[in-house]
Amino acid sequence: MSALLEINDLRVRFGDGDEVVKGVNLALNSGEVLALVGESGSGKSVTALSVLSLLEHSAKVEGDIRLDGEAILNQPKEIMRALRGDKVAMVFQEPLTSLNPLHSVEKQIAEILFIHRGLARKQARERVLELLELVGIPEPEKRLGAYPHELSGGQRQRVMIAMALANEPKLLIADEPTTALDVTIQRQILDLLRELQQRLDMAMLLITHDLNVVRHYADRVAVMRHGELLEEQTCQQLFANPQHPYTQELLDAEPKRGELPDMQPQTILTADDVKVWFPIKQGILQRTVDHIKAVDGVSLSLNQGETLGIVGESGSGKSTLAQALLRLLDSEGEIHFEEQPLHSYNSNQMRRMRQQLQIVFQDPFSSLSPRMSVFEIIAEGLRLHSELSENELVERVNQALVDVGLSADLSHRYPHEFSGGQRQRISLARALVLKPKLLVLDEPTSALDRSVQSQLLELLLELQQKYNLSYLFISHDLSVVRALSHRVMVMQHGVVVEQGDTEQLFAAPQQEYTRRLLQAALI
Amino acid sequence: MGLVTQWQRIKASPINQRRWSQFRANKRGYWSLWLFLALFLLSLVAELIANDEPLLIHYQDRWMSPLMNAYSELDFGGDFDIPADYRDPYIVDLIEAEGRLYWAPVRFSYDTINFDLTEPAPSPPTSVNWLGTDDQGRDVFARLIYGFRISVLFALVLATSSSVIGVAAGAMQGYFGGRIDLLGQRFIEVWSGMPQMFLLIILSSLVQPNFWWLLGILLLFSWMALVDVVRAEFLRGRNLEYVKAARALGLGDVAIMARHILPNAMIATVTFLPFIFIGGLTALTALTALDYLGFGLPPGSPSLGEMVAQGKNNLQAPWLGLTAFFSMSGILVLLVFIGEAARDAFDPRKRM
Repeated sequence: MSALLEINDLRVRFGDGDEVVKGVNLALNSGEVLALVGESGSGKSVTALSVLSLLEHSAKVEGDIRLDGEAILNQPKEIMRALRGDKVAMVFQEPLTSLNPLHSVEKQIAEILFIHRGLARKQARERVLELLELVGIPEPEKRLGAYPHELSGGQRQRVMIAMALANEPKLLIADEPTTALDVTIQRQILDLLRELQQRLDMAMLLITHDLNVVRHYADRVAVMRHGELLEEQTCQQLFANPQHPYTQELLDAEPKRGELPDMQPQTILTADDVKVWFPIKQGILQRTVDHIKAVDGVSLSLNQGETLGIVGESGSGKSTLAQALLRLLDSEGEIHFEEQPLHSYNSNQMRRMRQQLQIVFQDPFSSLSPRMSVFEIIAEGLRLHSELSENELVERVNQALVDVGLSADLSHRYPHEFSGGQRQRISLARALVLKPKLLVLDEPTSALDRSVQSQLLELLLELQQKYNLSYLFISHDLSVVRALSHRVMVMQHGVVVEQGDTEQLFAAPQQEYTRRLLQAALI
Repeated sequence: MGLVTQWQRIKASPINQRRWSQFRANKRGYWSLWLFLALFLLSLVAELIANDEPLLIHYQDRWMSPLMNAYSELDFGGDFDIPADYRDPYIVDLIEAEGRLYWAPVRFSYDTINFDLTEPAPSPPTSVNWLGTDDQGRDVFARLIYGFRISVLFALVLATSSSVIGVAAGAMQGYFGGRIDLLGQRFIEVWSGMPQMFLLIILSSLVQPNFWWLLGILLLFSWMALVDVVRAEFLRGRNLEYVKAARALGLGDVAIMARHILPNAMIATVTFLPFIFIGGLTALTALTALDYLGFGLPPGSPSLGEMVAQGKNNLQAPWLGLTAFFSMSGILVLLVFIGEAARDAFDPRKRM
């Protein structure tokens, strides 16, 4: 029996650039889940998109792609259009941007039915209801008229899956289907995909960078790097006995708990009953009728040289808490930093304190000003807080760059010339150059590849040791938090659910919510 | 000394060198810049190009410059103590008998009336009046040079000041949002609903209009063009993470607005600037509509706007309209090209 999907010697290049996919061979049988693993830029998404000829016009695709024995590469538009959404369907990473914000759920799903099956309105509605039930959306009748923004992230992804499955495709391409979702929902969506794949006997091409996902859900695994296919094995074999050194490296890149620097006994930051409430205003007079309690009475303390991990799903208030502690948001409650009452400071007093309290944000792409050079970005805080000569400035900036493992002669480049990991190092340098005592790390690693992630974690540990820093480490990624934190605090709906020593908490979680979180994290 | 070292530091910074080479990489904009600067510099010395007085006189072994000093007829052996009229053949003969006259290339000033026309004004282009004459017999080419100067100066000052005010107002509204935004927007709506012409007439009747008064009056209304664009950019920009990061560094509001958000709002501004500039050119036209009421620039002053009005009133003399049209569209094209190159220069993503 020949395979459902065959990719032979696929080569892709953009414009006159280098090849980004260099001769990839893949085969996928029906009813099989093949995981395509690799870091960003490895060409895994490009490979998947070229199956449906969805690459932009400047892409030159060569090779041979066959579906059920029929060549489908570089075919006329009409043929491809008939294929897309019918025999081959796709689920994308970010459900919020993949759904049209102005179309209701019914309209989005029914559109595919109209195009490929020419169903009448009434029949289409029945089918849409059936699909919504299939993907486990509660009370589908009520959801028909809902718009994407009215659904939660997990529900949106379910709608995406319903759209993809509308015509019972033979092949489903899932491009990082859960990367944008919370861990508990991630688990549900993957379970759903797997279950549907088995029930409908589809083949699934699962693109991901998360090896934990691969381990639990794939039959076979193909590893890609720099556009080349390095290794292809069954899942069990790959994890037990990786052949290629790069695969080994990937497996080793899972963050492990190393030796943490010792923390000092003196407390550096205390917060008492911090509340951030956003008022809900209604009516013509805009009277406050209720509050959204983003952070609702959180207390914490942090010692010098200590790392406190704050864990929670999106919307749990962990980032809000961090910004409130740095007085970037208005809050109630008392915050003391080295005995100084930050909560009572006005913005001028606070501005002087900022040198000692720094923050690194999640997204390395949006946290650096695109029109400032690296030197300007790093030197800006120094210019503000110290009166150094131009030469001393250059020296300090170069030192900071070296500290975070970058070369000093990069300082006149612009941020867009750097990779995600390098940018995150620049953000780190911007904070470190001020020699702060407390560093808030707001999901600093979640936008990065695993191997880059572990390098950054090592760097953080090294810097903590060297400068005796205190970290407030916010993440939804439990393995990262485990690798770095002395203590962990679990948040849900703005409240602390549980806190304690990292190892203890991971070994014996006291609360139901913590247990669920740990389970979903597939650790 | 301080300025020189400052300039050298600005020049030496690799970022600025890169900007400059990116500007030069846009050939069209680069040449447009030089062409515009050349035209502008030429128009600044318009007196040396088009003048009805000689530039230099060599008379009885003496060099005299009518540009600098006023001479009486008596100085050249005339009969009366009145200012010498160099267009009078009698005076010219007197001087040439004992010396020489050095004329400008064009022997008309902006207000020189050519009385030697063979046909009624406006007369078509000839070898004497290169672009013809207007309806009062004045040389169009001379008026173009002088008009270019005054109009471009006026538009430069107007465009610069109205974009400074507009960007500042838009930035404040976008950055602070809330009540300031609400009040600012409502104010602009009311303000732009004002009948401009009537206000201009009222204001002009209170003061004697000159260059600066006109500038101020036009500025009252022209600053609003940029507000909306800049406001939108700032509304978007104030929530970006690098702005939050700047606040966490301890930067003040003004520094954040100027250094972090404004550079990203500049593309919209630079794209709009040439049009505001041209708006300044034509704004003078709007004022010429008031000329017959005695408002606008003093009667007889040359400006591109006045030329447009001449062209409109004398459709039978196409050289008037065509001159105005080609000179204004030429300026607009040059400025748009320069603006494009400036945008490239400040775009860090642009590859050389």
